[in-house]
Amino acid sequence: MKRKTYYIGKLKSAVLLLFYKHHMKPGVKGWELKKSLGSDYPKVIQLLNNYLSVLNLEVKAVSEEAELPEKPTPEQLDKARFYVTIKGPISQREFKSSGWRIDDLAGLAVAVAHIISKGGKVPREEVENLLKEKLPEWRVGQSIERYKHTGYLLEDENGMLYLDWRSKVEIDYKTLINSLMEIKE
Amino acid sequence: MSSKDRKRAVEQLQKIIELSKSIEERGKNPFAVDIDEIISTLKTHFRGWKSFEELCLDAEAVDSLSSIIKLQSDWIKDRSTYLYRDPFLLLDIIKKVSNEKITEVFLGAWHPIVELEQISAEMLLAALKYWKNLLPLDERWREPETISTQVGLVSKDELVKSRILAEKTFKDELNELWNELKHISQEIRYRDFVYKGTFAETVRRAYLTSFLITYGYAELIFHSTDAEIYIKPLQEPKGKFDSKIQNVSIPITISMEDWLKWKENKL
Repeated sequence: MKRKTYYIGKLKSAVLLLFYKHHMKPGVKGWELKKSLGSDYPKVIQLLNNYLSVLNLEVKAVSEEAELPEKPTPEQLDKARFYVTIKGPISQREFKSSGWRIDDLAGLAVAVAHIISKGGKVPREEVENLLKEKLPEWRVGQSIERYKHTGYLLEDENGMLYLDWRSKVEIDYKTLINSLMEIKE
Repeated sequence: MSSKDRKRAVEQLQKIIELSKSIEERGKNPFAVDIDEIISTLKTHFRGWKSFEELCLDAEAVDSLSSIIKLQSDWIKDRSTYLYRDPFLLLDIIKKVSNEKITEVFLGAWHPIVELEQISAEMLLAALKYWKNLLPLDERWREPETISTQVGLVSKDELVKSRILAEKTFKDELNELWNELKHISQEIRYRDFVYKGTFAETVRRAYLTSFLITYGYAELIFHSTDAEIYIKPLQEPKGKFDSKIQNVSIPITISMEDWLKWKENKL
């Protein structure tokens, strides 16, 4: 009973830490969770995931450096960033309440897919030209700026576009590319 | 190498460097570069280089070539991953399908972050409490009040009393302690010399004694028989450093516990 009460308290603290935005970027670092929840925070996250999966949500750990292995070490988890994301795919109906215009999201999908297919970086003008084929010219610049501002894309001083932190967290690259290829098949 | 040949060779090196840079910066296909041909060009010209600038340019070209080889290695690694698909094929698909279809595909791979920006009643109450206790800006930013006083003279006693000046200089205090040690004339146990009635005085004496030893006014002696440290005054100071002797630092701890034990034994 005591053990249950202990974990319920920890779960409540974890929910507040993970759902509320504390910094410029959403999410919480592993070491921050450790500080607040104790060294058994991976266990707390696992329990929270059990509750959240019913709501189609999950806590995802993402390393800002290399990709996290299947069984990360405590040190790797401490350095990783934890986010709450939508677990399963989103339906067209659910998407309508997301606040995104369909054109903007299609533009993002095209930009991300193109960057992935080109090995991770692409000149901005190449993405602009690609988007201009289906979006009005005046919207293309605005859209790319929005993708950059929200953390999906990153631009360097040479005008090259890369995938930024939010793409890494939110987009399943493998599913996206495979699904796009299947359209033709 | 004639000056004309040399000029042409330098231009070739510059072209190699520029080509490597453009491939690196623009993400072009690194296999578009014929590495073997560039290496043979570099080899041909290498023996002809004489000036420092020419050799630097040659080194820069070799360095940029190594970057291209690294890019080629990354390129192969990228293609061997599960993510690699022919970009042209993918581009073709992207161009052909509608925005709706692309969005549908993207929604299957998109897991947006969930965040809360909701304020709870507790948070509002805490914020109200804070607001209630917060002083108005004109009070918080008020200039600190200053008291104007007339300019006057301050005596040394007053400065000593307000702890701006010390009663004795550091040198006076050292001399005083040295004289006290000299009066003993022979070696004395370090503890018996340093430990006094109050702990603060003991620490002060330990601090000053360390300077007496460092500056050569006294010596530390170790007696292995009773495992004790003794201090012996010198009639003439030796000076801070003796080049013939290797100086060593000896830490001697003074703790309240030791001092209390010493005091109990003494009493």
